[in-house]
Amino acid sequence: MATLHTRASARAMLSPAVLLLLAWMLIPLGMTIYFSLLRYNLLMPGLESFVGIENYQYFLTDPAFFDAIWNTLRLVGGILLITIVGGTLLALLLDQPIWGQGIVRLLVIAPFFVMPTVSALVWKNMLMHPVNGLFAWIADIFGMQPIDWFAEAPMLSVILIVSWGWLPFATLITLTALQSLDSEQREAAEMDGAGPLSIFFYIILPHISRALTVVVLIETIFLLSVFAEILVTTNGGPGTATTNLTFLVYAQALLQFDVGLASAGGVVAIVLANIVAIFLLRLIGKNLEA
Amino acid sequence: MARELSPRRRATLTTAAWTIGFLIFFPVLWTFLTSFKTEGEAIAIPPSFLFFDWTLENYSEVQERSNYLRHAMNSVIIAFGSTFLGLLVAIPAAWSMAFSPTKSTRGILMWMLSTKMLPPVGALVPIYLICRDLGLLDTRSALVVILMLMNLPIIVWMLFTYFREIPGDILEAARMDGASLRKEITYVLVPMAVPGIASTLLLNVILAWNEAFWTLNLTADDAAPLSAFIASYSSPEGLFWAKLSAASTLAIAPILVLGWFSQKQLVRGLTFGAVK
Amino acid sequence: MGIRSLSLAVGALLATTALASAETLTIATVNNGDMIRMQKLSDAFTSEHPDIDLEWVVLEENVLRQRVTTDIATKGGQYDIMTIGTYEVPIWANQDWLVALDDLGDDYDVEDLLPPIREGLSVDGTLYAAPFYGESSMVMYRTDLFDEAGIEMPDAPTWSFIADAARQLTDKENEQFGICLRGKAGWGENAAFLTATANSFGARWFDMDWQPQFDSPEWKETLQFYVDLMNDAGPPGASSNGFNENLALFQSGKCAMWIDATVAASFVTDPDESTVADSVGFALAPDTGKGKRGNWLWAWSLAVPAGSQNVDAAKTFIAWATSKDYLALVAENEGWASVPPGTRTSLYENEDYLKAAPFAQMTLDSIMSADPKNPAVEPVPYVGVQFVAIPEFQGLATAIGQQFSAALAGTTSVDQALTTAQQLSEREMRRGGYLN
Repeated sequence: MATLHTRASARAMLSPAVLLLLAWMLIPLGMTIYFSLLRYNLLMPGLESFVGIENYQYFLTDPAFFDAIWNTLRLVGGILLITIVGGTLLALLLDQPIWGQGIVRLLVIAPFFVMPTVSALVWKNMLMHPVNGLFAWIADIFGMQPIDWFAEAPMLSVILIVSWGWLPFATLITLTALQSLDSEQREAAEMDGAGPLSIFFYIILPHISRALTVVVLIETIFLLSVFAEILVTTNGGPGTATTNLTFLVYAQALLQFDVGLASAGGVVAIVLANIVAIFLLRLIGKNLEA
Repeated sequence: MARELSPRRRATLTTAAWTIGFLIFFPVLWTFLTSFKTEGEAIAIPPSFLFFDWTLENYSEVQERSNYLRHAMNSVIIAFGSTFLGLLVAIPAAWSMAFSPTKSTRGILMWMLSTKMLPPVGALVPIYLICRDLGLLDTRSALVVILMLMNLPIIVWMLFTYFREIPGDILEAARMDGASLRKEITYVLVPMAVPGIASTLLLNVILAWNEAFWTLNLTADDAAPLSAFIASYSSPEGLFWAKLSAASTLAIAPILVLGWFSQKQLVRGLTFGAVK
Repeated sequence: MGIRSLSLAVGALLATTALASAETLTIATVNNGDMIRMQKLSDAFTSEHPDIDLEWVVLEENVLRQRVTTDIATKGGQYDIMTIGTYEVPIWANQDWLVALDDLGDDYDVEDLLPPIREGLSVDGTLYAAPFYGESSMVMYRTDLFDEAGIEMPDAPTWSFIADAARQLTDKENEQFGICLRGKAGWGENAAFLTATANSFGARWFDMDWQPQFDSPEWKETLQFYVDLMNDAGPPGASSNGFNENLALFQSGKCAMWIDATVAASFVTDPDESTVADSVGFALAPDTGKGKRGNWLWAWSLAVPAGSQNVDAAKTFIAWATSKDYLALVAENEGWASVPPGTRTSLYENEDYLKAAPFAQMTLDSIMSADPKNPAVEPVPYVGVQFVAIPEFQGLATAIGQQFSAALAGTTSVDQALTTAQQLSEREMRRGGYLN
């Protein structure tokens, strides 16, 4: 009886969230799928007609499509790499008994509060610009050739800008995990003569791996739709070097106002994102098991 | 926690940490400093760091042109509104998934997260049409609801990972002691759950505060939050770095201050099940 | 639908009650200096018309364009006045989305509008948007550097003169670059500049059958010329420089020449912002002797969307903001040099203005020499100098602009960029039903 009762109430507690998300998913997603089967351009009203999978054919054969997938993966992968490695190292450093730890922590989390458009504008023009930027000035002082960031390494530049914004998130979560590490265990290992590297790989890393998994998962969700930074800095160029899937959909939706094509692109993007998510879960899923 | 370190080692680590911290903070600091420069000084090379004619001109220009307080108020309402609403829905859901997990729990969680993966721009037209037909364009309610739905998966998931760490045994023990359900909740569950809820709240307020797609595209004037305020200072024809810096400083300041003051709470609950 | 009609009814009710007291006009506009000034000076309008309240939505260009286009196409009805450009007007007017502005009052003097601007904003002779300011493009150059090198800039230079001068004036060691041009991908960035430039090289986007022309020798010559010139005499980072990046470079004295929008003239001659304010000269955009110059035509204009509930009040405001009196009002408050340029003939006959704005004559000549109906040497089926006024253009030109910026950055060859551009546009034209 009791279990039945609990189960029913559990279901009652769960259902509002599920129903809301179901509605959220079904209505816009349903409409998106429906629109993706239409020829529907906002700028040419009155010409809507059912065209079946034409929009999908068109989107999937876009010459930039495969570049966009590859770029999306590179972008997400690059940022994850930087934020995970950087965040872990930074968290290890901040976990040490340094003077003014609290203040340093404040400095480190600040980028998380800056809106993407602003950070992209500031980085592009005030820091990375090869003539007027601060980096060029510093390079000049040391007698080096300033780096022409957005021409020579456009994707890296975007990755750096976005990573800057997400590094605090990774650092904070890893730091929280580190601080819950049992210090006795660590001291015992030190007594046994374990070096810092083996302490890191055998004691620390397993302990924070679950936190890192979470960072990977949440960041991936947000990074798949990185957009503002690209629009502000390179507009997807040069060539297709920084065009990701979201940017490709943007070009259809808000430049071309081709709702049919943009909807097809949105559906393709959500399918691909879910494939990525499934792979990701296979790889790291163990950490999420109860 | 406080392990013994030789003073010299401690000094090295401190220097390293401060240097890195400063470098990471530098773009924010630079934005802040630039907001007190004239447009000409803002792009001058070599740049001046502190010794320039400090001016409040940019701030008075921003003050004159936009209703900062109204935009900030809209941001506060939208960010907190959507987060509170989200918590209201998510707490029971996460609670039930954490304490009465079923075979489908993990599937439901993953499905919830997957709803976040549609690029917003792909769904703009459907949402715009719905808002239009419900008369919700340029209203805060629409944004509260939409941002709530956007962040609900994250909220549920964060709470779930946190609640799962609350040992069920304690509940059993409390029950054995003959505590009533009300007491069980007030004295046992709430104190244990609060840190997790607090940090979920803070993280989602930050995410909602920085959201700049829906907030820009569904508002005109009445409901426009700080993202729209920023968009009226970015990239006009002509130099704009100083004015944009002033506007950015004003847009970042409230959330940064909130983040800094509540840092401890933010961190405490961000454990994601890492605490054994 | 039930909800919708209900909300409409409530809305109508509210609107009627509001009418009794005051009408509120929601004005969407770009955050450029001239519009900001209009917002500041609008108290003069509201004190004349106490029954009209103004609400301003000021956004950066790209965001604004997204917002107003989505709104007008879905009949969202959020705005009473929209600021749009010469690209949107013909497309929107053909969809009956705009209210005709053929009755702006007796004092308006529509004949006074500069003919190319007026033509660009009219469809079948009816004005659908009133020009707030107009611009073309021209050469801005550093008179001090030219004097020093003993080169004299003609009023109407050729591209080969520009290229020679640019190479001669380049001193990369000292961060002195002969020429700064747009390179950032985007339909309003490098695609606009190169389309206008291509016109002067005898190239065009489409032939009369809408067949894309990127495989023509003229396009190849255009792009090769541009890439070579920028590699030899342009600044680093050129492939991500847009209007503002180049403005910053020119104002800080890094560029000997800059070919861009005529409105830039008032920025580079402003001593508060520009370190080179007193040594800037102006010349017409270059040509190659084929009869067209590489200058474009653009006008930011005010229009009333067809769904607006306050058409009359909106027209009253537009008539005020684009009138001769408004120009005088700006002059009185901020000086003649700050007047929004490029819309009215009478402004260019005003001695005070000509005295205050050294760039006035060159701006006028540039605007008058642009012809949106016949932009290229050969006939074309489209309207627009630096754009093609079809709905497909923004997306297509952004993709093609990416190719051009790749050619400039050296990640692809000129030939490859043009081949891709040709494929992209054939594909898009077929999808749009222009080609079979």
